[in-house]
Amino acid sequence: MTTIRPLSDALTGTSVDIPHGETLVSVDGLALRFGGNTAVDDVSFDVGRGELFAIIGPNGAGKTSIFNCLSGVYRPQEGELSFLGRSLLGERPDDIARLGISRMFQNIELFDNLTVLDNLMLGRHQHLEYGTLAGMAYLGKAKRIEVINRRIVEDIIDFLEIESVRKFPVGMLPYGVKKRVELGRAMAMEPKLLLLDEPVAGMNVEETEDMARFILDIREELDLTMILVEHDMGLVMDLADRVMVLDFGVKIALDRPSEVQQDPNVIKAYLGEGDEGPTLEDAAAAAEAHVSQEVRR
Amino acid sequence: MTGPRGGTASPKAVRATLRGRPALYTDYAADQAIWNTPSKRFWTILLVAAVLVTPFLPFVTRSHQADLTLVFVLAIGGIGLNLLTGYAGQVSLGHAFFVGVGALTASVLGGMPTQNVVGFELDLLIWLPVSGLVAMALGLLVAPLAARVRGLYLAILTLGLVFIGEHLFKELRSLSGGQGVGRRGPDPEILGFGLFHPQEILGVQLDRETPWYLFTFLLLFVMAVLGRNLARSRWGRAFAAVRDRDIAAEVMGVPLLRTKVLAFGVSSFYAGVAGGLLAVSFGQVTPENFGGLGGLLLSVEFLAIVLIGGVATMSGSIIGAAFVVLMPRLVEMFAPSLPLIGDGALLSVQQLEGVLFGVLIVLFLILEPRGLFGLWLRIRNYWKAWPFSY
Repeated sequence: MTTIRPLSDALTGTSVDIPHGETLVSVDGLALRFGGNTAVDDVSFDVGRGELFAIIGPNGAGKTSIFNCLSGVYRPQEGELSFLGRSLLGERPDDIARLGISRMFQNIELFDNLTVLDNLMLGRHQHLEYGTLAGMAYLGKAKRIEVINRRIVEDIIDFLEIESVRKFPVGMLPYGVKKRVELGRAMAMEPKLLLLDEPVAGMNVEETEDMARFILDIREELDLTMILVEHDMGLVMDLADRVMVLDFGVKIALDRPSEVQQDPNVIKAYLGEGDEGPTLEDAAAAAEAHVSQEVRR
Repeated sequence: MTGPRGGTASPKAVRATLRGRPALYTDYAADQAIWNTPSKRFWTILLVAAVLVTPFLPFVTRSHQADLTLVFVLAIGGIGLNLLTGYAGQVSLGHAFFVGVGALTASVLGGMPTQNVVGFELDLLIWLPVSGLVAMALGLLVAPLAARVRGLYLAILTLGLVFIGEHLFKELRSLSGGQGVGRRGPDPEILGFGLFHPQEILGVQLDRETPWYLFTFLLLFVMAVLGRNLARSRWGRAFAAVRDRDIAAEVMGVPLLRTKVLAFGVSSFYAGVAGGLLAVSFGQVTPENFGGLGGLLLSVEFLAIVLIGGVATMSGSIIGAAFVVLMPRLVEMFAPSLPLIGDGALLSVQQLEGVLFGVLIVLFLILEPRGLFGLWLRIRNYWKAWPFSY
């Protein structure tokens, strides 16, 4: 019954008041170790406002570990992480969420017993500003805030085309839809920075194209900065502005996609050393085969 | 509100649209309302009416009323544990401790002083909320510790509370009356109106149990609605998120410690209020009821209410309490006519009660983990789809 409004009107908190291209996230000399095992070793990079920055690398290269450091789940031993000029070191995950960083998880981490609607509303937890007693009374303020935020969540549901499942418990949904719901929950947080951890892993071509379309639409409508970890090389090379390649926790390349594809170190990391340098297309195919094998298992 | 063509619809037009289409929502508030379907409204009104009429039916005795009162009181405690264990996923075996604290507080503030124990004979309007608040304060004290552990460790940690409680209740003799003796519970009065006395209202003679029955029901209704509201608010969603995936919840902006502490606080408030009411219903409060093995049994009884009734549902807690109180009564009623049951036979009536209770818990866990509420859902869905099978 209500008219559709653009996402930028629903999610006003995503705008950042620094000029385009200026550093939004800066990671400097990051090192993360588990016992004697080094997961991330002296990695530095900056992500500019509005950029879509991709991190790739073979399995176990430390991509997700960097995300876990950024969102406060892991505490790195060395290095500096900052967001909008503010250090993220030592901050709890929920404080970091409040600063405006949200993420999708590699293995879906939705709340299975909650409906799609409630999962998305949970994403808005920090924006629902009423107390416990107001919640128990559920009159006036709490009711008003819930309805306002329901409207915002419904805008996201419309955007992601998941209207038909909004009242289903998430646990019942198929994999591809769950991934969409997870993107929706991350958007519901109204982030300034979106971390996407393998958004198309295990998806077929059609689902992958849908997801790519959503990512591009979010960029266009919200001008959101994103960091993308993905094994689907086709997707990464098509979408990303810049690509960083990790191998065993070490940064081996950081450049535009076309340059990275030609980088001999990258080719070596993916395919090992050979007499004649194979192209990254082969590497992409190999990686894809590997991923689909993983998923099948 | 805008109409189908974008113009503002008049209330009359909205009513016309809704006629015969009860499941059509035209705004989010109606969709999110607590009784958002006609059938929920129907059943609630029917049940409330049935409860209000029951004490005046000719075949309902005073002991029936006392049993139903116990259902209401245990349901309040059950809702408290369901918020903590069912919604927030924090398994607690210490619920009886908070119930005991409530019972003790109520007895001290509302009870009569004797040579051995202190008592202040205050109004129910004072001692009942304070019972809840004292239990809540202790819950908030324990919560930061309990929030650091989960699963089995949390169960054992909270079990410890029951035994700390036993020691406390026994040693604080001037408050509790001491081991094996106990003390009398409070005599509930609101502004001089005795809730546990025969009364005459508008020419209708009420039994001693009736005012108390009606009062505990009113309180259950209010506290169930408050609990349901909490469960559908941001905090209820945060509870469920912490239960399902705590790390993801934290990354989504839910403060983990605060949420768990809140769940403990609210849960122990409900437990304290239930304890205060129990002190009246029991008449006598002894340390053995709420501490040590007796306390452990009471805790398990509350867990059974949550599990049998239905995890993470308000109505389930009430159904569960009814089951736990009324099942033994039914067994007592029908046991003498069963073969092999009775004194000197294979099983005594009490043994049969215990066995049935255990068997039913096992059966529910295996066959219908959503409990009695789940059975209700199945029946409802069957008739919703009837005559089709799905």
